[in-house]
Amino acid sequence: MRKPSFTTVMLILGLLFLYLPMLVLVFYSFNSSRLVTVWAGFSGRWYIELFRDQQILNAVWTSLRIAFFSASMAVCLGTLAAFVMVRFGRFRGKTALSSMVTAPLVMPEVITGLSLLLLFVHMAQLIGWPADRGMATIWIAHTTFCSAYVAVVVSSRLREVDLSLEEAAMDLGAPPVKTFFQITLPVIAPALAAGWLLAFTLSLDDLVIASFVSGPGATTLPMVVFSSVRLGVSPKINALATLIILTVSLATFLAWYFMRRSEAKRRIAMRMQQEG
Amino acid sequence: MSAPISQRLQRWFRPRRGWVIAVPLLWLTLFFLLPFGIVLKISLSEAAIAIPPYSAIVNVGAETVSLVVSFSNYLFLMSDSLYVAAYWGSLKIAFVATLACLLIGYPMAYAMARAPAHWQLVLLLLVMLPSWTSFLIRVYAWMGILSNNGLINNTLLWLGLIDSPIRMMNTNFAVILGIVYAYLPFMILPLYANLTRLDGSLLEAASDLGSRSFNTFLKVTLPLSKGGIIAGSMLVFIPAVGEYVIPELLGGPNTVMIGKVLWEEFFNNRDWPVASALAMVMLALLLIPIALFHRYQSRELKE
Repeated sequence: MRKPSFTTVMLILGLLFLYLPMLVLVFYSFNSSRLVTVWAGFSGRWYIELFRDQQILNAVWTSLRIAFFSASMAVCLGTLAAFVMVRFGRFRGKTALSSMVTAPLVMPEVITGLSLLLLFVHMAQLIGWPADRGMATIWIAHTTFCSAYVAVVVSSRLREVDLSLEEAAMDLGAPPVKTFFQITLPVIAPALAAGWLLAFTLSLDDLVIASFVSGPGATTLPMVVFSSVRLGVSPKINALATLIILTVSLATFLAWYFMRRSEAKRRIAMRMQQEG
Repeated sequence: MSAPISQRLQRWFRPRRGWVIAVPLLWLTLFFLLPFGIVLKISLSEAAIAIPPYSAIVNVGAETVSLVVSFSNYLFLMSDSLYVAAYWGSLKIAFVATLACLLIGYPMAYAMARAPAHWQLVLLLLVMLPSWTSFLIRVYAWMGILSNNGLINNTLLWLGLIDSPIRMMNTNFAVILGIVYAYLPFMILPLYANLTRLDGSLLEAASDLGSRSFNTFLKVTLPLSKGGIIAGSMLVFIPAVGEYVIPELLGGPNTVMIGKVLWEEFFNNRDWPVASALAMVMLALLLIPIALFHRYQSRELKE
């Protein structure tokens, strides 16, 4: 057998580094002892306790709703921004727009959170809205930084799309809006789905920005997890972590499966075209 | 023959395109750009016992409008060694973590880009999957591994290699490890995207001309992947400087990082003007890295 190269060894070690800590979490979620680090036998009791914890369940529901609405709005805004940047040529404000699309990708969360909170406080003083902060303010904050990610995903797809399809539709007399909805949108649909999913996970995951802009009305899942984890290791959180890891892995596997199937279909279609 | 699509799009959109552009531009201006102006304004005001807890800069009297700008917050930051130490500590920790990410991530991205085509998607998903789970929970995982009665110490004690647990939790080492672990996928992604576009014939030409593989790497691959290195490093370095969760959970009393200091000024001391000044100085320090990232990103978008 050929000796594996240095980079292959690094790839395997790197993947182990990424996955071992998560496997440890999953493993200890089935531990019957309260001490997370001492193995005392197999048990599912932490899962039962997790589902009895009303505070966590409420926070999950709040987080899911915020993530759903943030992701949906971010896809609309991000797609518009991407379309404008890729298809509109030059216009005044383009540099500003493209800077404001890339900057949120790296902006430290404490800065974004603080600045948005101060904005909301000012708005409340000036126009009386938002009177109290909660889900609506978190929704605005999440939509803003998620739409930057969506714009990056969608614009890279828009650049790959063949312009001739849109051109043909318009030559046949379709107005631009109809062309956009009937030709462009279906072609970039996979990117929209990917952008939506990315925005959804980003919103579900955010602790820092939500902590700044939230009020007493809305407690998201990361806030509950954080206040519990701060006090030390807790087996209930391990059970929650296991469920999250399971869900994400399943979703990723399904995405991979469908991507592979559509790729295989495409290949067969191409072969038939060549033969026929 | 009809006019090319860009012209027709422009003709149709000209009266309307202003509106299409305005929607994302206005949203981002209102909720991303404008807030920085407000942070700047608050950083120039003075703390007060009020709701909200700062003094007004512009005071409108019966016949006068007075503008009171106070630099005391900035002077305060300079005079207290805690803040200077926090900025320096953040930059140092973020730099070391970024370097470690690069040294681990580059070979991984290289191996991924060289892997057979049908493996590449699987490897990419495997690398990205952890980042789609929960950031908080991935940091939390290390608490159980590194603590004094954690997995590593228990194993070493059981094997008889050590007599008393090694202190790993609540150290700078734990913070750096946490940052590397949390941000590694964001280093690999742009590197991989860059390395897959690398023209294989260049490497072949170099080896045909008698260049040894390491020499080829240094003279061909490395310079061509500069864009990916910059993008990946900035995606790790900039957020790491302002990181709050990782130093809070894995760091100890000796870990002073600016994100944590800002959080405490804001939430524990309720000193909004000092927190704002801290944010403005952090933003000023990060301006060059952010500009660097933006330049790479917009070049990437043009291709």
